[in-house]
Amino acid sequence: MTAPVLPPEIDAVRSAARDEASGVVADPIEADAAAESGRPARRSTIARLFARGRRPSWTLVLAVAVVVIAVLWALIPWAFTGYDPIHGVPAEKLQPPSLEHWFGTDAIGRDLYARVVHGAVHSLSGALIAVTVGLAAGTIIGVVAGSVGGIVDEILMRIVDVLLSIPGLLLMLSVIILLGFGTVNAAIAVGVVSVASFARLSRSEVVRVRRSDYVEAAFGSGGTFFSVLRRHVLPNSLTAVIGLAALQFGTAILAISTLGFLGYGAPPPTPEWGLLIAEGRNYVATAWWLTTLPGLVVLVVVLSANRISQSLGRSSR
Amino acid sequence: MTVLSVEGLRVSYAGRSGRREVVHGVGFDVTEGEVVALVGESGSGKSTTAHALIGLLPEGGRVDGGAVRLGGVDIAGWSSRRLRAVRGVSVGLVPQDPVASLDPVRPIGVQVGEILRVHGERDARVVRARVLELLERVGLDDPELRSRQYPHELSGGMRQRVLIATAIALRPRLIIADEPTSALDATVQRRILDLIDGLRREEGTSVLLVTHDLGVAADRAQRIVVLKDGRVVEEGPAADILAGPRDAYTRQLLADAPALETGFRRPPAPLFLRDASAAAAENPYAITATGLVKEFAVRGREPFRAVDDVSFRVRRGTTHALVGESGSGKTTTARLVTRFLHPDAGSIDLDGTDVAGLSRSEVRELRRRIQLVYQNPFSSLDPRQSIAQIVAEPLHNFREGRRADRAARAAELIDRVALPHDVLDRTPRELSGGQRQRVAIARALAIRPDVVVLDEAVSALDVTVQARILELLESLQQELGLTYLFISHDLAVVRRISHTVSVMRRGRVVEQGATEELFANPTHEYTRELLAAVPGRTEVAA
Repeated sequence: MTAPVLPPEIDAVRSAARDEASGVVADPIEADAAAESGRPARRSTIARLFARGRRPSWTLVLAVAVVVIAVLWALIPWAFTGYDPIHGVPAEKLQPPSLEHWFGTDAIGRDLYARVVHGAVHSLSGALIAVTVGLAAGTIIGVVAGSVGGIVDEILMRIVDVLLSIPGLLLMLSVIILLGFGTVNAAIAVGVVSVASFARLSRSEVVRVRRSDYVEAAFGSGGTFFSVLRRHVLPNSLTAVIGLAALQFGTAILAISTLGFLGYGAPPPTPEWGLLIAEGRNYVATAWWLTTLPGLVVLVVVLSANRISQSLGRSSR
Repeated sequence: MTVLSVEGLRVSYAGRSGRREVVHGVGFDVTEGEVVALVGESGSGKSTTAHALIGLLPEGGRVDGGAVRLGGVDIAGWSSRRLRAVRGVSVGLVPQDPVASLDPVRPIGVQVGEILRVHGERDARVVRARVLELLERVGLDDPELRSRQYPHELSGGMRQRVLIATAIALRPRLIIADEPTSALDATVQRRILDLIDGLRREEGTSVLLVTHDLGVAADRAQRIVVLKDGRVVEEGPAADILAGPRDAYTRQLLADAPALETGFRRPPAPLFLRDASAAAAENPYAITATGLVKEFAVRGREPFRAVDDVSFRVRRGTTHALVGESGSGKTTTARLVTRFLHPDAGSIDLDGTDVAGLSRSEVRELRRRIQLVYQNPFSSLDPRQSIAQIVAEPLHNFREGRRADRAARAAELIDRVALPHDVLDRTPRELSGGQRQRVAIARALAIRPDVVVLDEAVSALDVTVQARILELLESLQQELGLTYLFISHDLAVVRRISHTVSVMRRGRVVEQGATEELFANPTHEYTRELLAAVPGRTEVAA
């Protein structure tokens, strides 16, 4: 079998974990010597996320804050803005950002901030669907391939290779052509593209765990295939996959916005983020805020998702 | 003349809650042409001390005080930049792990030559000639060929020789050898130590030997410094320390070092010998392996025969040891007996059933009667489970008892392996190596097996911990009438625990017999070689 070439985003998660593992104390014996005696405190995964040193890193706090705000936008948009995202006031068209209209207004006088806030639900739910599709399908393929092995592994992973060999955007567009336009279909298309990465990563993790002594010991103590898979292999191999899911969340927002921008996603006048940027394109010269501000929102949310994923990846080792 | 003089050395590491001092005022001297052994358990600060001498502490480590005089010059406070003139030139370091210490993508000739280039040799021909000379000096055959090979093409012993060549390249006055042989087989270990000894004799180099094995220290060092918890507990000429240790800890270390045992320790007679009716029973053997063969397919070559016509018998309630170096097929044999591998030929009779031809579900039932304990307690326990879950795992798998019964049994087993009760709800990462191995033993006993296969079960542990685990195994055997198949490369440990021995080499059994007989009158040359390689043995025999 050919050595799997990991997509760059998985590598990022991995190398972060590696830096973490190797950076602090090089020699395990020395590390032992340096450790406090007595029993170390036990922490849940979430607690460990914030346990880097005595205080959590401020970038992580910021990232979590950004994502929380974005989620709140999606859940209770009316709490953040009093303007209507669909119906504008034509008299107030193309106004630059001001205290009244934080992000300015668009060509038919709609408040851009209101549209960004109300658009969060489309982008975030789209990203959620995309990640769920990718995570579910990809992990199932990866776990089956990794745990069953043999010819099943070969067949599944060659299919994944084919998926990987098709350019992402082309594959997304093909899926949309097959399924039809719309937010949900665009999200599914984005999810299908990420299946390959999830399958690759989960397979490699499952194969790594399956070779470990404790899995053999579990078989040696009378474990059956499924009980060992459930009790040992899955819990130990899925942490990295969760990290990738957080990373994919950011990527999916970007991809859905891309599809929206190209006109394959939600139809106007839906205030979907990609569509907002696309609509503002015609006014770049005269009304910069129409593309720049929604673009910045997308950028900040995606970066925050990546930051969170990075620390998930670190805490997994 | 004193080459190295250490006084009041204190080293601390940055921990989560401030700095933690791990070396508290260590002091010793090394004179010219002398081997000084720094002995202690892991965590005693011996490696930290050795690395602190030449400023190679890992990140977070810091020398807080004390003096390190190298030929009279105090280098303790020197910057890394200044120390560069010392490292390699006056002090050579032989690192612990020959596998991780060589760059896998560069030929070894280049790596040995690097130290010459770093220290100013520009002429490629001179470097090359010196590299070949060094490789020859450390006893590598055909240096011309070796210098072009990559680390993965060399064995562990050869790699350690390459590292020694690097350490002596600039003819330093002092070599710091940090556990240079811990990862190697006994016979290879002896050759490497002979090499270091030879260098000392011929070139007058002083050696600071860091080791956890008092046997090695007794064999090779003129003076011994015993460290415990970052303090020197005893220091003096090797002969004096061995003959009359003053400190209680040193006495403990001496008592625990299997190689240093005086006289022959005869394991107490097992139950069946005292019980006439049991002895008269039809089949006194728990395991009878006959003509085992296992081949592994190698792409494009003849299949590799890892186990070749191996036969042995183990009496019920006794310990049989399979001894050999790595690659001798002993672990493969253990895996055949436990049926993790399928033998290509031969039969294994386990209490009346031939297990060689069992089907998958029958193999699962077989696990009720035979259990395996692994070498590395750090990888054989699931890091996400609690100790209680780990110990109860076999019961869970065989659906034995209710949840509460299983928990009670786990608590009983933890008690039996002499661990405190509060470990039950901890995870493996909160336990030390010795404690983890006790957990692994408890798990193996959970399903009440008749036979336990111990695959190098004490090899990864410190001598003192090793001694405790061996005592535990002995007492469990006494109480439960267990049969052990004990896989080891360490004859000293084998002598202590086993009743009978099979010596394996290249997949074949070369000698077999009762332990005492085999140790007293080894008939095969290979057995003699193995016996000679046990460190500290000559000292005791003399």
